Amino acid sequence: MAYTEEELKKELESKEYAYGFYTDIESETFPKGLNEDIVRAISKKKEEPEWMTEWRLEAFRNWQEMVEPEWPNVEYTKPDFQDISYYSAPNKKPKYDSLDEVDPELLETFKKLGISLEEQKRLAGVAVDIVMDSVSVATTFKKTLAEKGIIFCSISEAIQEHPELVRKYIGSVVPPKDNFYAALNSAVFSDGSFCYIPKGVRCPMELSTYFRINQAGTGQFERTLVVADEGSYVSYLEGCTAPSRDENQLHAAVVELIAMDEAEIKYSTVQNWFPGDKEGKGGVYNFVTKRGLCEKRAKISWTQVETGSAVTWKYPSCVLKGDYSIGEFYSIAVTNNHQQADTGTKMIHLGKNTRSTIISKGISAGHSQNSYRGLVQINSRAENARNFSQCDSLLMGNLCGAHTFPYIEAKNSSAQIEHEATTSKIGEDQIFYCNQRGIDTEKAIALIVNGFSKEVLNKLPMEFAVEAQKLLEISLEGSVG
Amino acid sequence: MLKVSNLVAGIEESTILNGIDLEVNAGEVHAIMGPNGSGKSTLASVIAGKEEYEVTSGKMELLGEDLEGLSPEERAHMGVFLSFQYPVEIPGVTVTNFMRTALNETRKARGLEEMPANEMLKLIREKAELLEIDRKFLSRSLNEGFSGGEKKRNEIFQMAMMEPKLAILDETDSGLDIDALRIVAEGVNKLRSKDNAIIVITHYQRLLDYIVPDYVHVLHQGKIVKSGTKELALELEDKGYDWLKQKTTV
Repeated sequence: MAYTEEELKKELESKEYAYGFYTDIESETFPKGLNEDIVRAISKKKEEPEWMTEWRLEAFRNWQEMVEPEWPNVEYTKPDFQDISYYSAPNKKPKYDSLDEVDPELLETFKKLGISLEEQKRLAGVAVDIVMDSVSVATTFKKTLAEKGIIFCSISEAIQEHPELVRKYIGSVVPPKDNFYAALNSAVFSDGSFCYIPKGVRCPMELSTYFRINQAGTGQFERTLVVADEGSYVSYLEGCTAPSRDENQLHAAVVELIAMDEAEIKYSTVQNWFPGDKEGKGGVYNFVTKRGLCEKRAKISWTQVETGSAVTWKYPSCVLKGDYSIGEFYSIAVTNNHQQADTGTKMIHLGKNTRSTIISKGISAGHSQNSYRGLVQINSRAENARNFSQCDSLLMGNLCGAHTFPYIEAKNSSAQIEHEATTSKIGEDQIFYCNQRGIDTEKAIALIVNGFSKEVLNKLPMEFAVEAQKLLEISLEGSVG
Repeated sequence: MLKVSNLVAGIEESTILNGIDLEVNAGEVHAIMGPNGSGKSTLASVIAGKEEYEVTSGKMELLGEDLEGLSPEERAHMGVFLSFQYPVEIPGVTVTNFMRTALNETRKARGLEEMPANEMLKLIREKAELLEIDRKFLSRSLNEGFSGGEKKRNEIFQMAMMEPKLAILDETDSGLDIDALRIVAEGVNKLRSKDNAIIVITHYQRLLDYIVPDYVHVLHQGKIVKSGTKELALELEDKGYDWLKQKTTV
C-alpha cells in the first residue's frame, strides 16, 4: 500500500512502546511522602557522613520555599510530592564478583533491553555501571580504570570512599538552590554515578551507565558528577529505558560536569523512557538539570538523543568560564503521540575567546509538541566570544507542533552570534519518491529522519550511534521493534 | 512490456485520463506529447502507482501482470522507473546511500541477498562513469542544492542503477539548457536496450532530436488523439497542437 498522509499518521500513532515490560524484583521501598525525617532516613540508609546529611537537609528546606517552574511550553498534572516514595532499592544488596551471582531475572531484563552484561563485557572499551532503581548492582572494568587512577563508581560509594572530592564538587555547578527540581534532587537523590579522571589521563574507554526506573510509584533522582582534572579526557555515555506503567513517574536528575584547564568531557545520552500510551496516558516526567563548567581551554560536548518520556524539560548547558573554552550541544528530540518536550541548552560565555556550537534537531509526530529553548549569553568581559546555533524542525502530519525559543543576550560588542532555523515537513512527495525507487514507507521515514538527524548522530560514539538510530526508527515507525 | 487499455483515472472528483490505450514493447521508445494539462504527467503517476490518483476503469499490465492494487514500491520492484519532473530533496541522505537503500530493498523484494558493499560501490562507480558523473556528486545530499541539470542527470543515474524494464521520463527536458539536455539525452541513449522500454513525456520536440522515438503519441484532454512515427513530432513542431485540438472537437 502506498500512503496518504492520513495513513502515515495512523501508522505512527499505532506504534507501541517496544520496551514496555516490568521486572519483579523484591524491593525495599520507603513509605510515600517527603519530610526531613525521610531525607535523614535516605542519608542514613546510604550510611552517609554528617556533612552530606546536612547538605541534603538544607536543600530540602530550600525546596520547600520554591515553586515549580511554569515557563516551559508543556502541560501536565503536577506531581503530588507527598504521594511518591523516595527510596527503593533491590532487596539484596549484591556486590557481585561474576555474573553468575546476579539475579537471573535482572539479567533477563537487561537482555530484553539489548544490553546484557555478557554483551557489554565483550564489547571492548565499554565499562558499565548499571543503576537498577537506586542502587548500583554491577560495575565492570573497574580494575582497568583503577590502574589509570580513574574513579568510576556509584555516587554513594564515592561519598564514602572519596568524600573530599565529592564534598568539593557536588553542587558547585548546579547549586542545590538552582531550581525547584535540582533542589528536590539534592535533598533526596538516591544514587547515580561519580567519575574522576586524574590530571593528564585520557580515559581509555567510553564510560557508560544505564539507568532504569523499576518500582511502581518510585521517583528516580539520579545524581551524576564527572570531574575531569587538568588535561584529561573522558567520554561518558548514559542511556535509559523504563517499563510501561499507567501512572506518571517523576524523574528529576542532576548532572554536573567539571572540566578543568584543558580537559575535555564528552557526555552522550540516549533517553528512551516510557512516553505514555498513544492517548497520552502515563509516561515519565523528565525534569533534568545538566550543566558543565569549563575552565581555561577546556571543552564540554553534550550530545543527546531524546525519544522517550511524556514530558521533558532539559537544558544541558555549559558555563564557559575559562578563556578559550568551548561548549557544544548536539541534540535530537523526537516526540510522538502526546509527548511534550521543551529542551535546548544554555551557553554562558564568561571567558575571553570562548566558543559555542548548538545543533538542535526536533522531530514531531502525532499530537506532540516539541520546543527548542536556548540561551546564548555573552558576558561583558567575554571578548571575542562566538556562537553558532542551528535549530531544525521536522514535522510529520498536521496535528503536531514545533516551536523555537532562542534567547540571545550579548553584553560585549565583540561577540559574534549566528542563529539559523528551519522547519520542514515529511511530505507525501518525498515518500512517493522513495516508494518509486522501491523503498517502502517505513524505510523511507527512517531514511529521511536519519538524514535529517545525521549531523547529530555523527557526534555519538559508535556504540551509541547504532542504538540511537534504532531508537529513532522505533519511536517513529509503526511496526519496527 | 506495457499494455494500457481504456484507462480512466483522475484525482478526487475530476477525471483526467479519459480512456487511454497504449502498448509499448520491449526495445521501443515511445514519446508522449501534448499541451499543458493534457494529462501527460498524470499518466506517468498513474502507471507508477501514485496513491492520490484513482483508477476508475481500464487496465494496466506490465509483462502480462495486472498492476491493479499494487503499491508504488511493488511496481518499482517489478521494474517500473519514473524519472521525476521535479525530483524531491532529501537532506542528509547522500546519493550513494539512497541508491544503496533503493537497490537493496528492490533486491530483497525479488528474493535476492543484499549486495555486498564493495560490489555496490563498484557498480555505483561504473554507472557514474558511464554517465560521466563526477564522483563528488555521489556524496552530496540527494537533490539538495542541485541545479536543474544536476537533478535530471541524477534521475538518469538512478535509472542506470535500477536497470528498469520500463522507464518513464516525465518532462526530463524541462528546465534544462541545450548542453544539459544533450548530456541527459546521451545518458538515456546509453541505457536503451532491446530488453527495456522507455516512455518519454515531453512538451517540446527538441528532446526528441536527441532521444529518437519509435512512436509518438499526442495526448489531448486525457485521450491519445493521434499516434505516429517520429515525423509526427516534427509536424507538431511546425503546426503546434491547435490543429489536433480542433480535429477532436469537430
